[in-house]
Parts: sequence; structure tokens; C-alpha cells
Amino acid sequence: MHAEEKMTLEKWPAAPEKQTLEGKNKFVGFWLFLGGETVLFASLFATYLALKDKVPNPEHALAKDLFEIPLAFLMTMLLLTSSLTSVYAMYHMKNFEFKKMQLWLGITVLLGLGFLGCEIYEFNHYVHEYHHTFTSSAFGSAFYTLVGFHGGHVVFGLSWIILLMARNAKRGLSLYNAPKFYLASLYWHFIDVVWVFIFSVVYLMGMVG
Amino acid sequence: MSTNAQKKGFGATLWDFLTTVDHKKIAILYMIAGGFFFLVGGLEAMFIRIQLAVPNNDFVGAGLYNEILTMHGTTMIFLAAMPLLFGFMNAVMPLQIGARDVAFPFVNALGFWLFFFGGVFLNLSWFLGGAPDAGWTSYASLSLASEGHGVDFYLLGLQISGAGTLMGGINFLVTIINMRAPGMTYMRMPLFTWTTFVASALILFAFPALTVGIFLLMFDRLFGSNFFVTAAGGNTVIWEHLFWIFGHPEVYILVLPAFGIFSEIIPVFSRKRLFGYSSMVFATVLIGFLGFMVWAHHMFTVGLGPIANAIFAVATMAIAVPTGIKIFNWLFTMWGGSIKFTTPMHYAVAFIPTFLLGGVTGVMLAAAAADYQYHDTYFVVAHFHYVIVGGVVFAVLAGTQFYWPKMFGTMLNEALGKITFWLFFIGFHLTFFIQHFLGLWGMPRRVFTFIEGQGFETANLVSTIGAFFMAVATVVLLINIIITSIKNEKVGNDPWGDGRTLEWAIPSPPPFYNFKQLPLVRGLDPLWIEKMEGKKGMTPAEPLGDIHMPNNSFTPFVISFGLFVAAFGAMYRLDYNWGLPVLILGMAITFGSMFYRSVKDDHGFHIHKEELTDDNDKGVKA
Repeated sequence: MHAEEKMTLEKWPAAPEKQTLEGKNKFVGFWLFLGGETVLFASLFATYLALKDKVPNPEHALAKDLFEIPLAFLMTMLLLTSSLTSVYAMYHMKNFEFKKMQLWLGITVLLGLGFLGCEIYEFNHYVHEYHHTFTSSAFGSAFYTLVGFHGGHVVFGLSWIILLMARNAKRGLSLYNAPKFYLASLYWHFIDVVWVFIFSVVYLMGMVG
Repeated sequence: MSTNAQKKGFGATLWDFLTTVDHKKIAILYMIAGGFFFLVGGLEAMFIRIQLAVPNNDFVGAGLYNEILTMHGTTMIFLAAMPLLFGFMNAVMPLQIGARDVAFPFVNALGFWLFFFGGVFLNLSWFLGGAPDAGWTSYASLSLASEGHGVDFYLLGLQISGAGTLMGGINFLVTIINMRAPGMTYMRMPLFTWTTFVASALILFAFPALTVGIFLLMFDRLFGSNFFVTAAGGNTVIWEHLFWIFGHPEVYILVLPAFGIFSEIIPVFSRKRLFGYSSMVFATVLIGFLGFMVWAHHMFTVGLGPIANAIFAVATMAIAVPTGIKIFNWLFTMWGGSIKFTTPMHYAVAFIPTFLLGGVTGVMLAAAAADYQYHDTYFVVAHFHYVIVGGVVFAVLAGTQFYWPKMFGTMLNEALGKITFWLFFIGFHLTFFIQHFLGLWGMPRRVFTFIEGQGFETANLVSTIGAFFMAVATVVLLINIIITSIKNEKVGNDPWGDGRTLEWAIPSPPPFYNFKQLPLVRGLDPLWIEKMEGKKGMTPAEPLGDIHMPNNSFTPFVISFGLFVAAFGAMYRLDYNWGLPVLILGMAITFGSMFYRSVKDDHGFHIHKEELTDDNDKGVKA
């Protein structure tokens, strides 16, 4: 089957993302890329753990002063739910239901934007209430770098999904764009997994230790 | 219609190379850029040796010496050795597995241009206020204290070129996983393909650590963060860990492909199959695995404690085992073979004892207690030049001679090649053997001069004389390349006469689609198998059909150029008003061209089988 071929429900294969050689290559390549991303975040986590609560003077806010579980919990729920909605989107992609896929991707984007809004509020809160900034301490640098890298990934993931939705809005699914949607959702899951670790290592461990 | 026959003008050729996504042309780009940086790094090495030729020399000052030393190491590792090896990987690996191109031709071009602009950015530091001067390891306390923008050039330049390397690594991995010809199972892959595979996996898992380290240092220097500022709670040892978590796998990223090149050359000129193929594969994978377990042996004197030092010492020594397996396999491959001493074979034979010496001093350095004596002396300098020059540079020179006909369709002169070999071989040992003793006598590394009467005079002079031999050898190689290119005597598919693997089954240089019909691979050394059965070439695995090829694109160049512009903006943001707008402009160019690439469909094109048959007929007549 060719990537440009006009598709119908009858012709639509079980794994449309891996039907063409290009799709197969992207599938393997993107998984490998996520392997590299894992090392990137592992390095950032290690740096954060080494610099946690390392501040220049006793007045500086520490992790236990800053973090509040309700907000972190809300953000976790928003992002976890967005992962679920992206799974629904991929389910509809495999069933060749373009409109429903777009709908669920749209919900994913809204949840992601909600997460991003919370994060902006949170950072703003720390800076103004606690004077905990990127430059105030090694702790601050490590915190904003780790959580900010994740936030940057969220921004990139959202832009990616929105771009795909807009670009393909009029022409529907094909074997050419199915791998693109699939990889964007894979990326979104990865962002979610990283957040689970941030929630545990930064927020939960910040509360107890 | 034959595309090869048309003579193109200079402008058209240049545009072709700026937009190419063909792995063979990207290989040539890597060789040209890597070769250029090799000459630059070599020139810096000559300045170092001239300065150290006599005591109290004032050929260069202390500050300039630091810059030359830093740039020599950085250039040679990131901008010469890796790109040259990437050149061979691009030129040879897809042919060895019977593929028409790499998995992501566009990304392949992007990887090259990122490396290129990163390298150019780093070297522009010479003309824009001074080069980095904190050593190639750029330890945080030193690099934070470094004035001017030298270290910023290092950080931004390596960040850009490192991104390109990571892309290259992923691309090679997917190519090898997905694009092998029918019958080319993993355990039938040539050793150079295997070493490319493992080195690419190392790149994938090692480079992100460097990316993070560079980000942290860049944030500290340019954006006011405090990762390495101890007064604000920072910790400089984090840089050392991140750098060496990348840095140690990096030496295997360099040396494994070198092993691969020699594992191709030795069987061809011994006219025997590689001894212990499966143990060679096993050893390669094991070296790659252990390469991640040993980074702290660069940090024995930091004070991590006796337990950490002991664990890392033992893990380091363990690497000697798979390396030893390889050494014996190369020896046994030659044993009883009908050996032809061509130029590549000269390098291969010289490589074995040379690399062994580097390995032995490596085990010496791995003994943590003894390392306190060797640390930061010329003994270390001698050790890593024995493994990197004796391993990687010998392999690059051997590979140049060996694969030149496959890349360019004409043979380098063997007599001149042997002159290069002997000059380089003698010069190398003259330069670096004595440095073991300089180190044991107590000469520290990285010093810009030494005083009389400490017993360092003769040894340093000998070392400098050796360096001139290597410089002359390089000049002879350049002359060889020029003479060969002017003569341009065309050769056939298998110019060495004893090729064993798929790349020798197709024309030199190969047509842009590589294989008209994908070959059927029936075992290890597939071409040799067919030759032994009296056949001329490979049996095709598919009927003649249309071939799908990717379109050329200028976008990779533009994406990389955007980051090059943005890097200037980021660096001068605090000094000039135009810094921030330029940073934004550069990022806009990069993301804008990524956006363009994303929304514009690119389905490639098909070569119709009628054109392929025509091409073949012409080839036969000629």
C-alpha cells in the first residue's frame, strides 16, 4: 500500500502507523528517541536530587515550605486524564474515525492547556510569595530546570498536536499521516510518564523529606 | 538516461551538495568537513609541540596556550574524529546491509548541517575575542571563572553539533534495524555495521547527558543560575559526573567503529573469514555495555571514597577482557592467511601492538591507588593518544585508503600511501612513547612550559620531532589525494580484488539508488560466498521494479543556520541590545523551517524501471 493512496474503512489496516516503510522507521526511531529523552530527564532528576534544598542562606524557602499537594494533585489528574483521552484518539484512528479522533485530540489539548495554566500559576506563586527564583539558589535553578524542561515538552507536544489537527483537518486520515498522529500521542504519553516521576520525586518527596 | 554522464557546473554541484539527502554525498560532506577540522586540530597540536620543544619557550603565551590546548582536544574529538567516522558509516554501512539509503535521509542531512554549523561556530571564537580555555573537559569551576566568551562558544557550538550527532545515531540504529536486505540477519552483518550499531546506541544514551551538562553550564554562564556556584548551594562535581557519563562512552563511540574498519580490512587482505565472528560481535556489545559502567575512573582523585573507586576500578579492568578477545581474533584471522601487505593492511598490522600499548596503560591507570600518581601527568596524555591516535586515527587513515575507490571510483596511490603510513607510524611513536616516561618523571599535563634542569628537555624535543613526522605524513596524504583526483583512473566494483561484503558487489562509486535490485544474502561475507561458487555478483532478491527515492531539500541547512544565528544572540544578549532580537530571529528561522517541513507533504519520487534498464545497458557498453 502506498502512503498517498485514498483510504476507506474497508482498506484501513489494523496497524496503520506501521503500514509503510516510512511509518515503520518512524515508529522505531521515535521509540529510540524517547530512550535518549529518558537519559536527558534522568540527568535532570539526578541534578535536582543533588541540589534539593541547597540554598545560600537559612531564610531561603525549602521544598517543604513551597509545595502543596492539592495543586500538584490537580495537575497530575489533568495530565493523566489527557493521556487517557489521547488513547481514545488513537483508538478512533485505528478504526478510521477521523472526526472522533480529532475530537479526543482536542480534549487532550484542552487538558494539556489546563495543566500548563496551573504550572504558570505555580511558578508565579513561588516567585512572588517565596522569592524562590531561577537565580536565587542552586535549589531554584535545579527545580525550574527540571520542571521547566517538562513544561517545555508540554508546550512542544501541544503545538505538535494542534499543528497536526489543523494540517489534516480537511483531508482526513491516510497512511501518510497516521504515523504522525501516532508518534505525537506517543510523545504525549512520555511527557505524562515523566510527570509521574516529577510528582513523586519533586512534590511527594519534597513534602516528606 | 544517465544522470552520471552529465557534466554539471560548479554552482549546480554546490547546490546539489547543499540540498542532498543521499547518504553517499553526505558521507563526502562529512569527510571534507571532518578532514578540514582534522587539519585545524593538527595545526593546533603542532603549536603545542613547538611551544614545548625547548624549556622556557615563548612561542605562544600561557593564555593563548590554554586556548590552543582546549581547542585541540575539542576539535579533534567532536569535529574531526567523530565526523570522519560518521563519514565512513554513511558511505559504507547502508551498502553493507544492502539498503538503498538510510532510514531518515532528511534527518541525515540535518545531522550533518547541525554538526557543521556547530563546528564553524566553535572555531569562529578565534576571530571573535578568543577561544575557550578551560580544557576540552571544561570543568565547571574553571569554566565559570573563564572571562570573555570563549567558553560560551564551546557550550553553544557543542550543543548544536551534539544535536546533529544524536540524530545521526538514531538514524543509523533505525537503518540497521529496519533496512537490511533479504537474508541479512543480525548475525550475518559485517563487523563495521555491528560496530556502527553499537556506537550509535552509545551515542543515543550518552549524548543526552552531555546535552544536560552543557545546558546547566550555559544557564550558569549566560542566564544567572547557580548549578555550579558553591556560594549559592551549587556543586561542581555534578558537571564532572555528567561530562564523564557522556565522556567515557564517547571514547567507545570513537574506537568501536575503528575496530569495525580494521575488522573489515584484515579479513579482506588475509583472504580468510574473520576469526571468531560471533565472539567479535559479543565483545563489541559487551564493550558498549561496560562503557557506561566506568565513567568515575576519570574522577578517582575527586574523593568519591574507596568503595566507589574500587568498584569503578574493577569495572574498568573488566573491559580489558572483551578487548583482548578482539585482539586475539584479529591475530588469528591473519594466522595462516595469504596476506597482502597493502597500505590499509599496514595500518591494521601496526594498529594491533599500538592499541595494545594504550590498553595496557589503561589497565595501569584503572588501578585507583596508582592513579593518584599518574593523574594529570603526561602519562595520561600518552595513554589516550595511544588509544585515540593508535586506534581511531590509524583506522581513519586506513579506511580512507581502503574505501576511497568505493567512494570516488579511483584508487589512492599505494606507494604514497605507504610513505604516509611509515612517516605517521614512526612519528606517532616518537611523539607519544616518550611521553609515558615524561609523565612518570613528573611532568604535569596542560602546562604551557617547563624550566631547565628537571630532566624534561630531551624527551620533549624528541616528542616535538615526532610531531613533525606526522605533519609531513599528512601533507603526503594530501598530495596523494590531489594526484589521485587529477589522474582519476576509474576502477570496477571490487578494486582490491578480494572484497567480501556487499559494498564491493556494486559499481564504484555506486549509483544514487545503490542497488538496482536488492541482493539476496546467503550468509556471512555474502559476496565472497557468491565468488566461491563461481558467480560474478549477487543474486537479486526481487524482480526489477520502480525504486522510491527521497527528494532533495534545502530545509536541513536552514534549520541548522537558524540555530547558528540564535547562538550568537544568546551569547551577546547581555552585552548588546541586538542580542535578544537575534536570538529570537534565529529560533524563528529554525522553528519556521521545521513548521514548513511539517506542513508540506514530501512523498519523494520514483525511478521507473525502464530508466534503470537503460542505465544498465550504458554501463555495460562503457
